[in-house]
Amino acid sequence: MADTLHALTPLGRPDPVSRDIGPYRIVERFDVALASVACRRGRHKDFAKAAKGMVPLPDPAHSAQGAPYSSFWVAPDMWFVEAPFATHEDIASELKQLFGDSASVTEQTDGWVRFDLQAHDLAPLLERLCNVDFPQVADGFASRTLIEHIGCYLIRRGPGEGTLYGPRSSAKSLLHVLETAAASVI
Amino acid sequence: MIINHPILGPRDAQEFVYLGDASLMNRPDGMSDGIEAFHDYLYNRDNPAGAHRELWYHEQGDRSWLVVTRNTVTHEILKVELARDVASKAGRGK
Amino acid sequence: MTQVNRIAGGQIDRATTFRFTFDGLPYTGHPGDTLASALLANGVRLMGRSFKYHRPRGPLSAGSEEPNALVQLRTGARQEPNSRATVAELFDGLTASSQNAWPSLRFDAMALNDRLSTFFTAGFYYKTFMWPAAFWEKVYEPMIRRAAGLGRLTREEDPDEYDKGFLHCDLLVIGAGPAGLMAALTAGRAGARVILADEDFRMGGRLNAETFEVGGQPGADWAAAAVSELAAIDNVRLMKRTTVIGAFDHGIYGAVERVSDHLPVPLPGKPRQTLWRIYSRRAILAGGATERPIAFENNDRPGIMLAGSLRAYANRWAVTVGDRVAIFINNDDGLRSATDLQAKGVDVVAVIDARADGPLLPDIRHLKGAEVIDTRGRLGLTSITICQSNGRIETIRASALGVSGGWNPNVNISSHHRSRPVWDEAIQSFIPGHDGPPGLSAAGAAAGALSTHGALATGQAQAIAALADLGRTARAELLPEAEDAPVSITPKWYVAGGKGRAWIDPQNDVTVKDVKLAHQENFTSVEHLKRYTTLGMATDQGKTANVLGLAIMAGLTGRTIPETGTTIYRPPYTPVAMGTLAGRSRGRAFKPTRLTPSHAWAEEQGAVFVEVGQWLRTQWIPRPGEVHWRDSVDREVLATRKSVGICDVTTLGKIDIQGTDAGAFLDRVYANTFSTLAVGKCRYGLMLREDGMVFDDGTTARLGAHEYVMTTTTANAVTVFRHLEFCRQVLWPDMDVQLISTTEAWAQYSVAGPNARRLLERIVDQDISDAAFPYMAAGNVTVGGLRARLFRISFSGELAYEIAVPARYGDALIRRLVEEGRAFDAVVYGTEALGVMRVEKGHVAGNELNGQSTALNMGLGKMVSKKKDSIGMVLSGREGMVDPDGYRLVGVRPVSPEGKLTAGSHFLEIGAAAVVANDGGWLTSKVYSPHLGSDIALGYLKAGDRKIGQRMRAVNLLAGTDTEVEIVSPHFFDPEGERLRG
Repeated sequence: MADTLHALTPLGRPDPVSRDIGPYRIVERFDVALASVACRRGRHKDFAKAAKGMVPLPDPAHSAQGAPYSSFWVAPDMWFVEAPFATHEDIASELKQLFGDSASVTEQTDGWVRFDLQAHDLAPLLERLCNVDFPQVADGFASRTLIEHIGCYLIRRGPGEGTLYGPRSSAKSLLHVLETAAASVI
Repeated sequence: MIINHPILGPRDAQEFVYLGDASLMNRPDGMSDGIEAFHDYLYNRDNPAGAHRELWYHEQGDRSWLVVTRNTVTHEILKVELARDVASKAGRGK
Repeated sequence: MTQVNRIAGGQIDRATTFRFTFDGLPYTGHPGDTLASALLANGVRLMGRSFKYHRPRGPLSAGSEEPNALVQLRTGARQEPNSRATVAELFDGLTASSQNAWPSLRFDAMALNDRLSTFFTAGFYYKTFMWPAAFWEKVYEPMIRRAAGLGRLTREEDPDEYDKGFLHCDLLVIGAGPAGLMAALTAGRAGARVILADEDFRMGGRLNAETFEVGGQPGADWAAAAVSELAAIDNVRLMKRTTVIGAFDHGIYGAVERVSDHLPVPLPGKPRQTLWRIYSRRAILAGGATERPIAFENNDRPGIMLAGSLRAYANRWAVTVGDRVAIFINNDDGLRSATDLQAKGVDVVAVIDARADGPLLPDIRHLKGAEVIDTRGRLGLTSITICQSNGRIETIRASALGVSGGWNPNVNISSHHRSRPVWDEAIQSFIPGHDGPPGLSAAGAAAGALSTHGALATGQAQAIAALADLGRTARAELLPEAEDAPVSITPKWYVAGGKGRAWIDPQNDVTVKDVKLAHQENFTSVEHLKRYTTLGMATDQGKTANVLGLAIMAGLTGRTIPETGTTIYRPPYTPVAMGTLAGRSRGRAFKPTRLTPSHAWAEEQGAVFVEVGQWLRTQWIPRPGEVHWRDSVDREVLATRKSVGICDVTTLGKIDIQGTDAGAFLDRVYANTFSTLAVGKCRYGLMLREDGMVFDDGTTARLGAHEYVMTTTTANAVTVFRHLEFCRQVLWPDMDVQLISTTEAWAQYSVAGPNARRLLERIVDQDISDAAFPYMAAGNVTVGGLRARLFRISFSGELAYEIAVPARYGDALIRRLVEEGRAFDAVVYGTEALGVMRVEKGHVAGNELNGQSTALNMGLGKMVSKKKDSIGMVLSGREGMVDPDGYRLVGVRPVSPEGKLTAGSHFLEIGAAAVVANDGGWLTSKVYSPHLGSDIALGYLKAGDRKIGQRMRAVNLLAGTDTEVEIVSPHFFDPEGERLRG
């Protein structure tokens, strides 16, 4: 078969959605490739060397921006690495090449739905959703958190800017949660 | 409850899954130890009123297993360690 | 009706008039009113009937401690029973009705209980309804339930929404009276993150109910100015209408914010209430104090209330409860009620002061050493009878009586961690103990500092101390000037000597006599007293009653009150609606829904879905003309076995396992061996728990030297991952193994049936002939150039593959499989057909993986390798688990093809009685096999491996079935496995 398969977003649509609810803007992102990178046991030196200048390796509970790769910490010795999907769809293969046998790399692009949240101040929305002290944590903060029984990653990019990664299969439930919470806050 | 995660700082206990006594770390060797040893390992527990070392898993967090020393009477948490470090130091090895 | 009892002043907005009804009658009130204040303004004192004796009752208090004035608010689905009229904020159009009265509040037939009260004393139920035991469930309990009870549920779904949320602060201040306001000001000015929560809709606490000045201005005005200042501080969050309901571990507090209860209907999208989880570093309990009554005969008539509440109604709500008011007190604070009411022009007919000494009020008939010994008035107070110090009995006409026996600090939250309050002789009450929740201190009246100055001073001091704990400095600014009257109280718990009943706990109808009975029957400890008499066990938790009850018990036993001790409190501080605790987790949103990549396509086909954990999976897909689910399922099975079927298996857990020790790790966690598996191959794996029972199963493929992908059952995906992390981090911490879930990243479809390969050859770019891709092969392939994975594995017994593509292409892949499948009459099958085919093939699944079964039970005993250490290997060898007569997995067929089998049926020998002693095991899974044309089943049968070919009975006493069956091999279909290797 030569013709390619068409892609659908986690919400089951051809294109990502965005929602404006009062001051809150929820933007689905469908243009990011994602892979997990885990340092192999005892290979920290080789791992750090391979990453240097290419893949940022932020501290626990942090994210770091870069080009083409950005990343955020998810577990001891493990990061999620992001890159533009259009140019890095096969991100896992690229990173395997980069890290060689110093890391275990796994494709994660389609394991997640990503929503970018924007407002003048996201705190009133996020305090209805999760226990992260959003106004207090620094820009670049990244953490797994629980939103209405859904395990998500939350990245703070500014007081009014955040990224949420939730499990792909729960995309509709997660969007519903965000919409309902936004409606109850405005 | 709040568990002071050694890497992530204070986190709500709701994010964790509780397993039980930290002695579950001391698994006998299946090739050299017999049924008696495994039976003790799996079923025999102390039930102290006071300091208790126990295993908690940060399932809605960074997936670290922690050894939490908790006073079972007051719920005061006296110490929190990464289980992997504790196990490694105890010579659990591979 | 006009507001006959409305007087001058108050914090109500007279410019606006609200209309409302109570028991169908129309009344008016104003913004700022509670339902109780508005009813009292309209001359309505009777608001409810008591729980047990159905005695007519009016409000005892003006706050959340209210035991009597419980009403049903609103109508229809929003009707809420047991609402305290004293805190229900009035709004225009409010509808309220009385409860626990029939046919009407004024004439309640169940008041007969009151006449029979001799029989209904403490312990009545325990003693009377003991015998005969069989009567309890059928006769006594329904009878009691009909007669007793408070309000009624509507039985309609709650139309409102409830939110939950999370807040963080340096300092949580509970209560916004003088102490709380001062604490919040002190900490807020110092830059700390402060949350100030108060249950009232107007902050200020008692300052709103009193006339004394703070800092040279009326207390209420000072409070309003303080609130304005706090509102302007960015780091302070003011939360009115918010009740802190409990103290939990490590500085976590629960709070309920009544977002919309003061509105007829919540605004669109807005919750009715929000349950907040507050993470605090320090907290100050400034919850004030609650006045307690003095018990005397017939002290429960409408019009008799706490003296402080009487003046709160006058000062804050501009209401007098009656035109002729009397006051009965044992302390100085109660005198304020007399002077305040008189200053408002109300006729104060007498102050009955139980104390013999002390100053006399000028211009008021102030009787020293006197007592109230009885009252009159069927539906409301008409007169009181007093006994003066000289023994003279006098009846005084009065429509309201204020009673003050002293003030009890609201210690409740301080005892939520089981801290015992301690007795303070000076105020004759309990104050918070020193071993309360770490990080919590008390200030103001809650700490026993009952003067306004005391409240301001302790609020400031506690805030400074709390911030000092956090390494911050707060300034001790000059406190505003305020009254600092000492507490002058002489204990007086009840008026002795009467023959009638004197109420202690009016909500549960506990009287002094009940406490005496408890004493007489030796239920003298406070915990026994509580449970024997039900003192303090009603919805008000005995806020006005507990101290009175235990003080009377102390007197009876000759012990001191501290010796007698006190019961403690549990959350919640005030009742919480179930909906608030549920939050948004109800109905369809009870839990998140997980959808598979083929969901949209399946919906278009009219698929029937089944919940598997949070997943929605296709159960079957009906075609036109199919009327019974079996029509669809049989067709899906037959079409798959005849040609080819497609099934979405994305929900199976997928765990990526990498690292140089990945193979060795799998050898430890699986009972069988994986380190020897060739790259590009997969193998069925059996995972045990350490106790030797089967935990999970699935196929694991080796994609590279140090890279495996494991599949788990849908149900166990999370617990298996947790277990693997445990093994990796805790048991063998130095293994080089990395784990990550990829369940959602891949859309995976099973393609099964004789034409499976021919279908996939149209999809997959590579050669997948039997030679190139043999049975149990696994590897990366491409689909139209797109990366994909292919596994040649079979759950159905057919030639079968599982093909996976990145989830975004899952919709396209199912559509292409269906499109290309037309040439083969391909069918898409659901979980039912999957189940039929796995039972036909004898594969174990959820019903067999029941947590009580070993590999040996499942006929897989040989899979447990003894050549290596693995979880569960040793203990699966325990004596009882290797019993040759133990359960073995067998197949079951009815002897007659028409015979019906029922899952859960038990095996019995033919002719044996259906008793436990003859039980041979049970049927775990039953399906109808269209292939075999009869019901078939799997089951666990004792020594089943030696009973193949025998006839037995499958008996289900619940379903009423008794079927003769033949025990057969569990492999009903293609036992040699020729088809799947084809």
